[in-house]
Amino acid sequence: MRTVQAVAWKEIQIYFSSPTAYIVGLIFLAMTGVFFARDVVQTQGNPFPEASLSGFFQGASIILILMAPALTMRLVAEEQKLGTIELLLTSPVRDWEVVVGKYLASLTFLLVTVAATVYYVILLVVFADPDPGPMWAGYLGLVLYGATALSIGMLTSTLTSNQIVAAVVALGILLVLYFTDYAAGTLTGLPAAIVQEIGIKSHFDDFDRGVIDTKHVVYYVIVTAFFLFLTVRALESRRWR
Amino acid sequence: MIQATGLTHFYGPNPAIEDVNFGVKRGEVLGFLGPNGAGKTTTMRILTGFMPPTRGKVTLDGYDVVEQSLDVRRRVGYLPETVPLYTDMTVTSYLKYMGTLRGMPSRNIKRRVEDVIDVCHLEDYRSSLIAKLSKGFRQRVGIAQAILHEPDVLVLDEPTIGIDPIQVVETRSLIKDLGKQQTVVLSSHILPEVSMICERVLIIHEGHIVAEDTPGNLAERLQGSDQLEVEIGGPPDEVLSELREIEGVSSVRHRSLANREVYTIRLLQGADVRDDISRAVIARGWSLLSMQSVGMTLEDIFLRLTTDEEN
Ligand SMILES: Nc1ncnc2c1ncn2[C@@H]1O[C@H](COP(=O)(O)OP(=O)(O)OP(=O)(O)O)[C@@H](O)[C@H]1O
Ligand SMILES: [Mg+2]
Repeated sequence: MRTVQAVAWKEIQIYFSSPTAYIVGLIFLAMTGVFFARDVVQTQGNPFPEASLSGFFQGASIILILMAPALTMRLVAEEQKLGTIELLLTSPVRDWEVVVGKYLASLTFLLVTVAATVYYVILLVVFADPDPGPMWAGYLGLVLYGATALSIGMLTSTLTSNQIVAAVVALGILLVLYFTDYAAGTLTGLPAAIVQEIGIKSHFDDFDRGVIDTKHVVYYVIVTAFFLFLTVRALESRRWR
Repeated sequence: MIQATGLTHFYGPNPAIEDVNFGVKRGEVLGFLGPNGAGKTTTMRILTGFMPPTRGKVTLDGYDVVEQSLDVRRRVGYLPETVPLYTDMTVTSYLKYMGTLRGMPSRNIKRRVEDVIDVCHLEDYRSSLIAKLSKGFRQRVGIAQAILHEPDVLVLDEPTIGIDPIQVVETRSLIKDLGKQQTVVLSSHILPEVSMICERVLIIHEGHIVAEDTPGNLAERLQGSDQLEVEIGGPPDEVLSELREIEGVSSVRHRSLANREVYTIRLLQGADVRDDISRAVIARGWSLLSMQSVGMTLEDIFLRLTTDEEN
């Protein structure tokens, strides 16, 4: 456990001292701010204006797809590039400890960035009377969704020593998972249902509506665990290459 | 302490090392000597558990490097050839981090970090970013992290490449000191270095161990196989044929260097022909301008050892 903590802490320090992470975080805040503002402006002239964060959540779900690979691409790929992996893997550290430590660091950075958007909640509470249920559900959904996106980025970062390749491949996987909804629309019956269930976005929309369905929580937890498991395997197999 | 049997490692279709066997006793300092691409790094990576051998088995203190990798890794300190360090950390924070990874208790870490900073003369660079250190100082940080957790076995892959001659001397004596308490395995392609530090030398060439001996014995085995470089004033053709007549001479090569005639004489094993040469030259009325023995280069040694093996 101490090693997980040490690995995580080192990476967190790097996040908070590197311009890249700040730029990524700021872009997230700026973009989601635009979505939030657009949503607020649109309520003007609406006879039944709704004070909600739905616009923010929808926007955030897209931007996270870009943000997660940017946060994770460095984590393992750079160690392979610089050769520091040689000392890491010859230390008495289990491969899963390395993976979990690094993953937790990226998750921490994501949580901090998401926490910074509580600012929108405060605005809504001060100027309107929002329904708190959907907001908390939405945040829970966003964090689960982001956690899954990061786990996919972890895997691709482990598979290559090239950070750009790691980011682009993760982005590709995430885009496919995001747009499976559309594919599901062109299918019928069981295939449609399966494709629908695989998609990372379809599970997010209920949270945005204020519904916390265990099914969706389980989906994100399982997919995240699955990708982290693959990451550990990938790191192990690295020794055989 | 270390027992390796039948180590073979393939990168793709060609073996980098093939059927390598060796043992290291506790407290011994063993040197791997070999030219580029001989398979030194490959062997070290297998010893440290970075990658498993394709075939063969290594045990360290009775623990199998593949099966009980964690137990092995706890007992090994490793300096990889490229000295990979986290360049965005300071020396102290890096060493503390490595200490934690090695599972050292925190109060030990503090004490040991100070110790190794002292031993490796890094006092002035405690809070420098590693990115800003020169190659030689990075090398010291690399050694510092390798000895931090007081491992039973130290594996050092070319510990003195890229550092200046004064630091080389210091580093060698540091390794020698470490070798008094620890088992050390190091690699090098510098013969004098290995003979200086190591109690036993393994010569590895194209993935095979071609010789194994103490540096003293090795030097003896190779002695007499030296070459002589002689400068003689006289007609080259006649000098050449005269020199070739001398007993104990195996071959002679001639070079003209800016009106100096230099002859490189390869001797048969154990032969000493200096006396004969000077007599012959003087008898013919030529002048003997200089004569010196030239030690064999590493390449000569490998050539010799590998051809010896084949014969
Ligand atoms: N990662 C790798 N992939 C493919 N081939 C490799 C790899 N590493 C080493 N080799 C090959 O294996 C052989 C042995 O290499 P190794 O690095 O063990 O040699 P070395 O004795 O350490 O040489 P040097 O003195 O140059 O460090 C070489 O022919 C090399 O080309
Ligand atoms: Mg090497």
